[in-house]
Amino acid sequence: MSRQRDAAVLALPVGERDHAHGPANAPVTLVEYGDFECPHCRRAYPIVKEVQNRLGPRLRFVFRNFPLTELHPHAQHAAEVAEAAGAQGRFWDMHDRLFERQFALADDNLIEYATDLGLDAARVARELATHTYKAKVRDDFMSGVRSGVNGTPTFFINGERHDQAWDVEPLAVAVEDAARHS
Amino acid sequence: MHSTPDQTVSLRDLRGRPVILAFYPADWSPVCGDQMALYNEILPEFQRFGAELLGISVDGVWCHLAFAQNRRLHFPLLADFEPKGAVARRYGVYREGDGTSERALFVLDADGIVRWSYVSPIGVNPGADGILRALEALATPRGRG
Repeated sequence: MSRQRDAAVLALPVGERDHAHGPANAPVTLVEYGDFECPHCRRAYPIVKEVQNRLGPRLRFVFRNFPLTELHPHAQHAAEVAEAAGAQGRFWDMHDRLFERQFALADDNLIEYATDLGLDAARVARELATHTYKAKVRDDFMSGVRSGVNGTPTFFINGERHDQAWDVEPLAVAVEDAARHS
Repeated sequence: MHSTPDQTVSLRDLRGRPVILAFYPADWSPVCGDQMALYNEILPEFQRFGAELLGISVDGVWCHLAFAQNRRLHFPLLADFEPKGAVARRYGVYREGDGTSERALFVLDADGIVRWSYVSPIGVNPGADGILRALEALATPRGRG
Protein backbone atom coordinates (compact mmCIF):
# COMPACT_ATOMS: atom_id res chain seq x y z
CA MET A 1 0.00 0.00 0.00
CA SER A 2 1.29 3.39 -0.92
CA ARG A 3 0.91 6.55 1.10
CA GLN A 4 2.93 8.56 -1.34
CA ARG A 5 1.55 11.30 -3.46
CA ASP A 6 3.51 13.42 -5.89
CA ALA A 7 3.50 17.16 -5.33
CA ALA A 8 0.76 18.89 -7.30
CA VAL A 9 2.44 19.96 -10.50
CA LEU A 10 1.12 20.98 -13.86
CA ALA A 11 0.59 17.74 -15.78
CA LEU A 12 0.20 19.39 -19.18
CA PRO A 13 2.98 21.88 -19.97
CA VAL A 14 1.99 25.24 -21.40
CA GLY A 15 2.08 25.06 -25.17
CA GLU A 16 0.59 26.01 -28.49
CA ARG A 17 -2.92 24.96 -27.47
CA ASP A 18 -3.00 27.54 -24.67
CA HIS A 19 -4.15 31.11 -24.49
CA ALA A 20 -1.16 33.00 -23.16
CA HIS A 21 -0.73 36.68 -22.36
CA GLY A 22 2.87 37.86 -22.10
CA PRO A 23 6.16 36.73 -23.64
CA ALA A 24 6.86 33.02 -24.10
CA ASN A 25 10.34 33.52 -22.61
CA ALA A 26 9.09 35.32 -19.48
CA PRO A 27 10.81 34.01 -16.32
CA VAL A 28 7.44 33.27 -14.71
CA THR A 29 4.39 31.54 -16.11
CA LEU A 30 1.21 31.82 -14.06
CA VAL A 31 -1.50 29.35 -15.05
CA GLU A 32 -5.05 29.78 -13.78
CA TYR A 33 -7.67 27.05 -13.95
CA GLY A 34 -10.89 29.00 -13.81
CA ASP A 35 -14.63 29.06 -14.37
CA PHE A 36 -16.31 32.14 -15.84
CA GLU A 37 -19.33 31.73 -13.56
CA CYS A 38 -17.35 31.17 -10.35
CA PRO A 39 -17.54 34.18 -8.00
CA HIS A 40 -14.07 33.45 -6.62
CA CYS A 41 -12.62 33.56 -10.14
CA ARG A 42 -14.45 36.85 -10.65
CA ARG A 43 -12.72 38.14 -7.54
CA ALA A 44 -9.37 36.84 -8.80
CA TYR A 45 -9.76 38.57 -12.17
CA PRO A 46 -8.64 42.10 -11.15
CA ILE A 47 -6.04 40.59 -8.83
CA VAL A 48 -4.38 38.78 -11.72
CA LYS A 49 -4.53 42.03 -13.74
CA GLU A 50 -2.73 43.84 -10.91
CA VAL A 51 -0.05 41.14 -10.75
CA GLN A 52 0.34 41.36 -14.54
CA ASN A 53 0.77 45.14 -14.25
CA ARG A 54 3.43 44.78 -11.59
CA LEU A 55 5.45 42.11 -13.35
CA GLY A 56 5.05 43.45 -16.89
CA PRO A 57 7.01 41.43 -19.45
CA ARG A 58 8.47 39.20 -16.75
CA LEU A 59 5.13 37.38 -16.52
CA ARG A 60 3.25 35.13 -18.91
CA PHE A 61 -0.35 34.42 -17.87
CA VAL A 62 -2.28 31.40 -19.13
CA PHE A 63 -5.98 30.73 -18.57
CA ARG A 64 -7.39 27.20 -18.80
CA ASN A 65 -11.03 26.25 -18.47
CA PHE A 66 -12.26 24.40 -15.41
CA PRO A 67 -16.05 24.76 -15.57
CA LEU A 68 -17.88 23.32 -12.56
CA THR A 69 -20.97 22.55 -14.55
CA GLU A 70 -23.01 21.00 -11.74
CA LEU A 71 -22.68 24.19 -9.71
CA HIS A 72 -22.67 26.75 -12.50
CA PRO A 73 -25.21 26.16 -15.27
CA HIS A 74 -23.69 28.71 -17.68
CA ALA A 75 -20.03 27.89 -17.14
CA GLN A 76 -19.65 25.36 -19.94
CA HIS A 77 -21.17 27.56 -22.64
CA ALA A 78 -19.22 30.57 -21.41
CA ALA A 79 -16.01 28.54 -21.72
CA GLU A 80 -16.92 27.40 -25.23
CA VAL A 81 -17.66 30.98 -26.30
CA ALA A 82 -14.33 32.15 -24.91
CA GLU A 83 -12.68 29.47 -27.05
CA ALA A 84 -14.77 30.55 -30.05
CA ALA A 85 -13.54 34.10 -29.52
CA GLY A 86 -10.02 32.68 -29.25
CA ALA A 87 -10.45 31.09 -32.67
CA GLN A 88 -10.98 34.63 -33.96
CA GLY A 89 -7.92 35.87 -32.08
CA ARG A 90 -9.89 37.58 -29.30
CA PHE A 91 -9.78 35.17 -26.36
CA TRP A 92 -8.63 37.75 -23.82
CA ASP A 93 -11.26 40.31 -24.77
CA MET A 94 -13.96 37.72 -24.24
CA HIS A 95 -12.30 36.44 -21.06
CA ASP A 96 -12.45 39.97 -19.62
CA ARG A 97 -15.99 40.59 -20.83
CA LEU A 98 -17.29 37.35 -19.29
CA PHE A 99 -15.83 38.15 -15.87
CA GLU A 100 -17.07 41.75 -16.03
CA ARG A 101 -20.57 40.57 -16.99
CA GLN A 102 -20.64 37.44 -14.87
CA PHE A 103 -24.21 38.19 -13.76
CA ALA A 104 -25.44 37.73 -17.36
CA LEU A 105 -24.09 34.59 -19.01
CA ALA A 106 -27.13 33.13 -20.78
CA ASP A 107 -26.55 32.05 -24.39
CA ASP A 108 -28.17 35.26 -25.72
CA ASN A 109 -25.81 37.33 -23.60
CA LEU A 110 -22.79 35.38 -24.82
CA ILE A 111 -23.67 36.03 -28.46
CA GLU A 112 -24.37 39.69 -27.65
CA TYR A 113 -20.83 39.99 -26.24
CA ALA A 114 -19.43 38.46 -29.42
CA THR A 115 -21.28 41.15 -31.40
CA ASP A 116 -20.13 43.92 -29.02
CA LEU A 117 -16.52 42.83 -29.46
CA GLY A 118 -16.83 43.01 -33.23
CA LEU A 119 -16.49 39.25 -33.71
CA ASP A 120 -18.22 37.21 -36.39
CA ALA A 121 -21.12 36.53 -34.00
CA ALA A 122 -22.92 34.20 -36.40
CA ARG A 123 -19.84 31.97 -36.40
CA VAL A 124 -19.64 32.08 -32.59
CA ALA A 125 -23.34 31.14 -32.38
CA ARG A 126 -22.82 28.29 -34.83
CA GLU A 127 -19.76 27.00 -32.98
CA LEU A 128 -21.63 27.17 -29.68
CA ALA A 129 -24.63 25.32 -31.12
CA THR A 130 -22.45 22.55 -32.52
CA HIS A 131 -20.13 22.52 -29.49
CA THR A 132 -17.03 22.93 -31.62
CA TYR A 133 -14.86 23.62 -28.56
CA LYS A 134 -16.45 21.20 -26.11
CA ALA A 135 -13.55 18.75 -26.42
CA LYS A 136 -10.98 21.53 -25.95
CA VAL A 137 -12.73 22.66 -22.76
CA ARG A 138 -12.86 19.06 -21.56
CA ASP A 139 -9.15 18.63 -22.29
CA ASP A 140 -8.45 21.73 -20.22
CA PHE A 141 -10.61 20.34 -17.42
CA MET A 142 -8.97 16.92 -17.40
CA SER A 143 -5.48 18.43 -17.53
CA GLY A 144 -6.52 20.31 -14.40
CA VAL A 145 -7.80 17.19 -12.68
CA ARG A 146 -4.51 15.44 -13.50
CA SER A 147 -2.57 18.39 -12.13
CA GLY A 148 -4.32 18.41 -8.77
CA VAL A 149 -6.68 21.32 -9.39
CA ASN A 150 -8.79 21.39 -6.25
CA GLY A 151 -11.34 24.11 -6.84
CA THR A 152 -11.59 27.32 -8.76
CA PRO A 153 -9.51 29.27 -9.17
CA THR A 154 -6.38 27.13 -8.85
CA PHE A 155 -3.08 28.74 -9.78
CA PHE A 156 0.21 27.17 -10.84
CA ILE A 157 3.40 29.21 -10.71
CA ASN A 158 6.09 27.82 -13.00
CA GLY A 159 4.27 24.51 -12.89
CA GLU A 160 3.78 24.20 -9.14
CA ARG A 161 0.38 24.50 -7.49
CA HIS A 162 0.07 27.68 -5.44
CA ASP A 163 -1.60 26.55 -2.20
CA GLN A 164 -1.37 29.90 -0.43
CA ALA A 165 -3.87 32.74 -0.56
CA TRP A 166 -4.22 34.55 -3.86
CA ASP A 167 -4.94 38.10 -2.77
CA VAL A 168 -2.72 40.61 -4.55
CA GLU A 169 0.16 40.52 -2.05
CA PRO A 170 0.62 36.80 -1.54
CA LEU A 171 0.18 36.10 -5.25
CA ALA A 172 2.49 38.94 -6.35
CA VAL A 173 5.10 37.91 -3.78
CA ALA A 174 4.98 34.27 -4.90
CA VAL A 175 5.28 35.27 -8.54
CA GLU A 176 8.15 37.71 -7.82
CA ASP A 177 9.86 34.97 -5.86
CA ALA A 178 9.57 32.58 -8.79
CA ALA A 179 10.94 35.28 -11.12
CA ARG A 180 14.02 35.72 -8.93
CA HIS A 181 14.69 31.99 -8.72
CA SER A 182 14.18 31.12 -12.35
CA MET B 1 -23.86 3.07 7.91
CA HIS B 2 -26.52 5.54 6.86
CA SER B 3 -26.33 7.19 3.44
CA THR B 4 -29.82 8.70 3.49
CA PRO B 5 -32.41 8.76 6.30
CA ASP B 6 -33.78 5.41 5.13
CA GLN B 7 -30.84 3.76 3.37
CA THR B 8 -27.68 2.14 4.60
CA VAL B 9 -24.47 1.16 2.83
CA SER B 10 -22.06 -1.56 3.86
CA LEU B 11 -18.60 -1.68 2.36
CA ARG B 12 -19.00 -5.44 2.13
CA ASP B 13 -21.82 -4.93 -0.38
CA LEU B 14 -19.41 -3.09 -2.65
CA ARG B 15 -16.91 -5.93 -3.04
CA GLY B 16 -16.12 -6.72 -6.64
CA ARG B 17 -15.22 -3.20 -7.69
CA PRO B 18 -12.87 -0.49 -6.49
CA VAL B 19 -14.17 1.88 -3.82
CA ILE B 20 -13.00 5.43 -3.18
CA LEU B 21 -13.58 6.45 0.42
CA ALA B 22 -13.25 10.21 0.81
CA PHE B 23 -13.27 11.41 4.43
CA TYR B 24 -13.79 15.16 4.78
CA PRO B 25 -14.21 17.34 7.86
CA ALA B 26 -17.70 18.73 7.34
CA ASP B 27 -20.50 19.56 4.94
CA TRP B 28 -20.95 23.20 3.89
CA SER B 29 -17.39 24.42 3.52
CA PRO B 30 -17.77 27.91 2.10
CA VAL B 31 -16.03 27.57 -1.26
CA CYS B 32 -17.04 26.76 -4.82
CA GLY B 33 -15.68 23.55 -6.08
CA ASP B 34 -15.08 22.23 -2.61
CA GLN B 35 -13.80 18.68 -2.43
CA MET B 36 -17.16 16.94 -2.84
CA ALA B 37 -18.32 19.29 -5.61
CA LEU B 38 -15.05 18.65 -7.43
CA TYR B 39 -15.46 14.88 -7.18
CA ASN B 40 -19.02 15.28 -8.42
CA GLU B 41 -17.66 16.83 -11.62
CA ILE B 42 -15.05 14.10 -12.00
CA LEU B 43 -17.47 11.25 -11.26
CA PRO B 44 -17.57 10.03 -14.88
CA GLU B 45 -13.79 9.53 -14.77
CA PHE B 46 -14.06 7.42 -11.60
CA GLN B 47 -16.86 5.44 -13.20
CA ARG B 48 -14.63 4.60 -16.17
CA PHE B 49 -12.69 2.43 -13.71
CA GLY B 50 -15.95 0.94 -12.40
CA ALA B 51 -15.20 2.60 -9.08
CA GLU B 52 -17.74 3.57 -6.46
CA LEU B 53 -17.21 6.92 -4.72
CA LEU B 54 -18.36 7.43 -1.14
CA GLY B 55 -18.02 10.70 0.74
CA ILE B 56 -17.94 10.38 4.53
CA SER B 57 -18.03 12.85 7.39
CA VAL B 58 -19.37 13.03 10.93
CA ASP B 59 -22.38 15.06 9.79
CA GLY B 60 -25.80 13.46 10.26
CA VAL B 61 -28.03 12.16 7.49
CA TRP B 62 -30.32 15.21 7.35
CA CYS B 63 -27.36 17.52 7.03
CA HIS B 64 -25.90 15.31 4.29
CA LEU B 65 -29.25 15.27 2.50
CA ALA B 66 -29.49 19.06 2.42
CA PHE B 67 -25.83 19.40 1.40
CA ALA B 68 -26.11 16.78 -1.36
CA GLN B 69 -29.24 18.44 -2.74
CA ASN B 70 -27.71 21.89 -2.61
CA ARG B 71 -24.53 20.78 -4.43
CA ARG B 72 -26.42 18.35 -6.69
CA LEU B 73 -24.13 15.51 -5.70
CA HIS B 74 -24.58 12.26 -7.62
CA PHE B 75 -22.86 9.94 -5.15
CA PRO B 76 -23.65 8.89 -1.57
CA LEU B 77 -22.49 10.74 1.53
CA LEU B 78 -22.14 8.48 4.54
CA ALA B 79 -22.92 9.65 8.06
CA ASP B 80 -20.18 8.66 10.52
CA PHE B 81 -22.48 10.05 13.17
CA GLU B 82 -23.37 7.38 15.72
CA PRO B 83 -21.17 6.34 17.35
CA LYS B 84 -19.50 9.52 16.21
CA GLY B 85 -16.42 9.06 14.10
CA ALA B 86 -16.32 5.28 14.58
CA VAL B 87 -15.41 4.60 10.96
CA ALA B 88 -12.85 7.43 10.87
CA ARG B 89 -11.23 5.96 14.01
CA ARG B 90 -11.08 2.54 12.40
CA TYR B 91 -9.21 4.06 9.46
CA GLY B 92 -7.00 6.05 11.80
CA VAL B 93 -8.16 9.45 10.57
CA TYR B 94 -10.23 10.88 13.45
CA ARG B 95 -9.17 14.23 14.91
CA GLU B 96 -9.94 14.08 18.61
CA GLY B 97 -9.67 17.79 19.39
CA ASP B 98 -11.78 18.86 16.43
CA GLY B 99 -14.39 16.14 16.54
CA THR B 100 -14.12 15.64 12.78
CA SER B 101 -12.20 13.34 10.49
CA GLU B 102 -9.07 14.25 8.61
CA ARG B 103 -9.28 15.08 4.93
CA ALA B 104 -8.26 11.57 3.94
CA LEU B 105 -8.58 9.42 0.83
CA PHE B 106 -8.59 5.65 0.61
CA VAL B 107 -8.79 3.56 -2.54
CA LEU B 108 -9.92 -0.02 -1.88
CA ASP B 109 -9.57 -2.77 -4.43
CA ALA B 110 -12.30 -5.19 -5.47
CA ASP B 111 -11.50 -7.38 -2.44
CA GLY B 112 -11.93 -4.50 -0.01
CA ILE B 113 -8.17 -4.14 0.62
CA VAL B 114 -6.84 -0.60 1.02
CA ARG B 115 -4.39 -0.14 -1.84
CA TRP B 116 -3.72 3.60 -1.61
CA SER B 117 -4.33 6.28 0.95
CA TYR B 118 -3.49 9.88 1.50
CA VAL B 119 -4.06 12.30 4.37
CA SER B 120 -4.13 15.89 3.20
CA PRO B 121 -3.34 18.92 5.35
CA ILE B 122 -6.78 19.75 6.79
CA GLY B 123 -7.07 23.05 4.94
CA VAL B 124 -5.93 21.71 1.58
CA ASN B 125 -8.37 19.99 -0.74
CA PRO B 126 -6.29 17.12 -2.15
CA GLY B 127 -7.87 17.16 -5.60
CA ALA B 128 -8.37 13.95 -7.55
CA ASP B 129 -5.09 13.25 -9.33
CA GLY B 130 -3.89 10.81 -6.66
CA ILE B 131 -7.16 8.87 -6.79
CA LEU B 132 -6.99 8.54 -10.57
CA ARG B 133 -3.38 7.32 -10.41
CA ALA B 134 -4.35 4.75 -7.79
CA LEU B 135 -7.28 3.52 -9.90
CA GLU B 136 -4.96 3.22 -12.89
CA ALA B 137 -2.50 1.19 -10.83
CA LEU B 138 -5.33 -1.14 -9.79
CA ALA B 139 -6.36 -1.56 -13.40
CA THR B 140 -2.87 -2.68 -14.46
CA PRO B 141 -1.79 -6.32 -13.93
CA ARG B 142 -1.27 -7.49 -10.37
CA GLY B 143 2.03 -7.59 -8.56
CA ARG B 144 2.81 -3.94 -9.18
CA GLY B 145 0.23 -2.30 -6.88
